[in-house]
Amino acid sequence: MGFKGFLRSIVAFRESVLILLLLLFGIAMSFVSPYFMTWPNIEAILLGLSVEGTIAVGMVILLVAGGLDLSVGSTLALTGVVTGLALTAGVPVWLSIICGLLAALGVGLINGILVAKLKINSFITTLGMQITARGILLVIAGGRAVINLPKEFCFIGQGRLFDVQIPIYVMIFLVVLGDFLMRQSRFFRQNYYLGGNERAARMSGINVNSLQIFDFCLVALLAGISGLLLTARFGSSSVTVGGGMELRVITACIIGGASLSGGEGSVLGAFLGALLLSVLANSLNLMGVDVYWQNLVTGLILIIAVVFDVLTERRRAVRK
Amino acid sequence: MDDSTILKVENLTKTFPGVRALNKVDFELKKGEIHALIGENGAGKSTLMHIIGGVLKPDSGKIMLEGKPVSFSSVHDAIKAGISMVFQELSLVSSLSVGENIFANRQPVGAMDRIQWGKLYRLTKEFLQRFKLDLNPKTLVKNLSMGQQQTLEILKALSSNPKIILLDEPTSSLTEEEIAHLFENIRALQKQGMSFMYITHKLSEVFQIADRVTVLRDGNYIGTRPVNEVSENNLISMMVGREIKSMYGTSKETVDSEEYFRVEDFARKGRFRNISLSLRKGEILGIAGLVGAGRTEFARAIFGLDSKDSGRIYLDGRLLNIRRPKDAIREGIAYITEDRKNLGLFLTLTLRENCIAPILEKFSSRIGLLKGALVDQYVENRTREFSIVAPSMYQKVINLSGGNQQKVLLAMWIGIRPKVVIFDEPTRGVDVGARADIYAKLRELSSKGTGIIMISSDLPELLGMCDRILVMHQGEITGEVRRADFSEETIMAYATGLANSIANNNHTA
Repeated sequence: MGFKGFLRSIVAFRESVLILLLLLFGIAMSFVSPYFMTWPNIEAILLGLSVEGTIAVGMVILLVAGGLDLSVGSTLALTGVVTGLALTAGVPVWLSIICGLLAALGVGLINGILVAKLKINSFITTLGMQITARGILLVIAGGRAVINLPKEFCFIGQGRLFDVQIPIYVMIFLVVLGDFLMRQSRFFRQNYYLGGNERAARMSGINVNSLQIFDFCLVALLAGISGLLLTARFGSSSVTVGGGMELRVITACIIGGASLSGGEGSVLGAFLGALLLSVLANSLNLMGVDVYWQNLVTGLILIIAVVFDVLTERRRAVRK
Repeated sequence: MDDSTILKVENLTKTFPGVRALNKVDFELKKGEIHALIGENGAGKSTLMHIIGGVLKPDSGKIMLEGKPVSFSSVHDAIKAGISMVFQELSLVSSLSVGENIFANRQPVGAMDRIQWGKLYRLTKEFLQRFKLDLNPKTLVKNLSMGQQQTLEILKALSSNPKIILLDEPTSSLTEEEIAHLFENIRALQKQGMSFMYITHKLSEVFQIADRVTVLRDGNYIGTRPVNEVSENNLISMMVGREIKSMYGTSKETVDSEEYFRVEDFARKGRFRNISLSLRKGEILGIAGLVGAGRTEFARAIFGLDSKDSGRIYLDGRLLNIRRPKDAIREGIAYITEDRKNLGLFLTLTLRENCIAPILEKFSSRIGLLKGALVDQYVENRTREFSIVAPSMYQKVINLSGGNQQKVLLAMWIGIRPKVVIFDEPTRGVDVGARADIYAKLRELSSKGTGIIMISSDLPELLGMCDRILVMHQGEITGEVRRADFSEETIMAYATGLANSIANNNHTA
């Protein structure tokens, strides 16, 4: 493998392209705005990212396994509302948190069972669940935000450790753990077989149904954790939070190298994809660009990433 | 049963809703034997193999492995008992490496379920070397050729150290060279005592590779014969249940008929060059060649599906301007694709909708609505004429057998009343009975004066049907053989580029 081959293999490695892009972008931005490379700005980016970044860990695993979850935004809001209602009803903090996470798990379990056992397409299942879960939380919250949550609870979202807010630690921990597991653990690598070729997965003794259910529960649980941290950060549970989040998370995963047809993707890639989108949004803000431009740029990046994929695949096919 | 028997199946019955797929079938596999299993589509070959491989459970009957009764509830069970199945469609994960595919879900793991990558790749390397396969264990499967993937598929089946390997049409997507290589590997394994059960549609393969052959028909066991004691015709009549005296019919002399269709100087960079041909009324002209010789690309260019760099087409002395399929159809040129599932049929639509697809305007009323009664009448006639077997014209085409699908495709295109028919691989994946029907239909067309260009990789078919055969090699016509001089050797010599009777002429011309 010569230098050219080496370069090609680096380019084929999605994560390195994203890191390179981020670096170039960071350097360019630090000239444009002196505020960009300061810790308060970086922390603000990471904090904003922590919600999507955490969910992306579960989403990319599900995408690798050939699934998809459109209900994560609703699950996130549902967890916040259930926990908030429990807290205002005087339930201890730890028990309220468990209630919220159980609600999230419930959503994941139902999604998983519908997809794995009844073989309903995951797009339709989770689209239905997105609307249903949002409906449930609107009903139980009476359509209003739950406010005035106790300080002990708010600490998990607002507390700082070594001058860094807790949700950032949670996200980084989950990204590192998730990436490690998806590369090294036999159990988690089953997802690549499942998404790459379901029949082959069955034949090699993989319990396809339970793995699918596990993946849906995992992404719902991570959405739940994000919901808790977000609720704690704001000190209130909003009923509208998380709307449209599922598509932003999926966008990040795909920019990070995942494919909607399964079998491809990595946790690190998904995280970098989400980071790239956050950094871009932040930069546009710093440059004083109208907020409406963000959608345009995000959309373009998604399309460029997919076109890039198609072109590299095609070149490979020609070389064959 | 004697010691040499490794697998014995008795009285196996399997029913699916509405069909008895297997009816008290017996089967016996000897140790170190390559045993071919043949039969028409729907005969029960795949069902039998799937039961032995643990994919399906039988309703009744028993399976004895090395004298002991066994019963598998999953493919995994069968693998553990020593029976590995190689599926017709690839079961590889293209985004993973060679190593991870061979050791799918059996990766060596250390503490905390952590995969030992070094060990995985070392084991893979050793394994590949044992089969003299020069592959990097870390290569992703999507970067391998079709043939390499098929070989890998078999290696994957071998990696669990089976006693018996079940092969379901392993050569359907391979080139000649890859097939030869595959057969070499199978024979080498046979010498080591491995037993094979081998499903194939190609009778010639039975004679090339198998020791014995078992025939199934409509779910019934018909018989088992040593290969050296049967002829191809014996096997065909066992499969079909009736004597097919002359599968191909007899060719009518067309040397004197008028030449009416001519293609001149067709070329497309990197695909084909210098191609000219002419067709007489009622002539069946074959185009032979190996996979990749450019035959399909040439046909697609005539039909206006692909672009060409140069070339002219004349019909009845008139120069045609064909830029897209619509132009070709208007001029009465039909191209029937080799890929009926993806390019030919509307699989999820009904037989009725497929039949009228290219000629919808014929059935449209003035305001663009379909005239139902006319359509019904038309489709009924076509179904009868082409002996398409389907429960009703509202049957979805995806549920028809390969042979019937191919007849629908033919009926569809004959519907445009073509003057020239280009038929690409007319009988690929089509069973013997339906093949005879398709050949008869082609004969009938030719007797009415329609010229037929038949592209086929099945040499016996070309030799049986054609009046004249052109042979392509690497994008060029290397030979033209008249019926009187037909022989497999001559055609193969042109197809492999060993002989070339055309290029010289071109140079001198």
